[in-house]
Amino acid sequence: MSDAPRWKQDFPILWDEDHYVTRRELAKFLTLGSGTIVAATVGVAAIGDRLRPQGKMEPMRIEGADTLERGGSLLFRYPTGADPCILLRLADGRLAAYSQVCTHLSCAVVHEPAADELYCPCHEGHFDCADGRPTAGPPTRRLPRVLLAETARGVFALGVEV
Amino acid sequence: MSELAFFIDYSRCIGCRACVQACEECDTHRGRSLIHLEPIGGGDSVQTAPQVCMHCKDPICARVCPADAIKQTPDGVTQSALKPRCIGCSNCVLACPFGVPKYDGEADQMMKCDYCYDRTSSGKRPMCATVCPSQALAFTTLEEIERTRRGVAINRWVFGGETVETKVFVVVPKHAREVRPDLVQIGRRESFDVAEMLEGV
Repeated sequence: MSDAPRWKQDFPILWDEDHYVTRRELAKFLTLGSGTIVAATVGVAAIGDRLRPQGKMEPMRIEGADTLERGGSLLFRYPTGADPCILLRLADGRLAAYSQVCTHLSCAVVHEPAADELYCPCHEGHFDCADGRPTAGPPTRRLPRVLLAETARGVFALGVEV
Repeated sequence: MSELAFFIDYSRCIGCRACVQACEECDTHRGRSLIHLEPIGGGDSVQTAPQVCMHCKDPICARVCPADAIKQTPDGVTQSALKPRCIGCSNCVLACPFGVPKYDGEADQMMKCDYCYDRTSSGKRPMCATVCPSQALAFTTLEEIERTRRGVAINRWVFGGETVETKVFVVVPKHAREVRPDLVQIGRRESFDVAEMLEGV
């Protein structure tokens, strides 16, 4: 087989060699395919790591939070202008804030005071107001929580807990 | 005792078509016989000759296949065309010196005798050889053929400048070393007797 020209090696007449070619092609495909997937995964992870904001987040005062009624909500952006968040004053008076980006397909969640939940209208996703966990619908991960501090000078966002 | 092999003794064929029927009953190609029972000398004779695939040691049908569809097993059996690969081009039909592969228009592929590979690979005899009443088709050992036949079993064929060795043997008169089909004249003689024709081999 090795003496034959390359094109003949790929089209052997012998049954065994034919199986060998098929197996070799499959092995080659699996090896190169797995290698490509590994390389792509590492690449995507490296890019994601580089794009992630470095260092601690700056505290930011949330305007109008101190006058928020119970059961009310307020939209703000934290840590950058491209990160919409939602601040809630729960029925028991506690404050809670979450990223407004649904963990399913990144639609914006809205507050439903009547049902006491966060609701994503795109695919009927429901989240608990108290801890941001999904209660119904397609989302499986909880909303990123914004860490808050209530001080005499107002309500501050301190960071985001993914 | 040598291995079991396939022997064709043309002079013994009585034209009963049992082999054709048996071949048709095979489950791998039910309803379609892959053995050819050739009438010799047209309407002038009742002599017939069975033709199974001779399973050339260097299968020309596989060599000419552009679709890589014909394969030879390690034990020297040339298989029928692989269904997913055969493109029905009929190259093999034209190339085979024995006229064995035939193009099946309905299936759009070539089908030929595959030595009943499902049976022979597990030690059974091919369908045609099991039913042949005169044992013109015999699946047995060389010793048994030498013991029971007057001729000699050979597997060398000379087609002009081309010599072909086959896995299947034919029984010919004792002095022959090879079969030269170009010396077998058909259509010129008064009588058509295969045994007599092969005398001139």
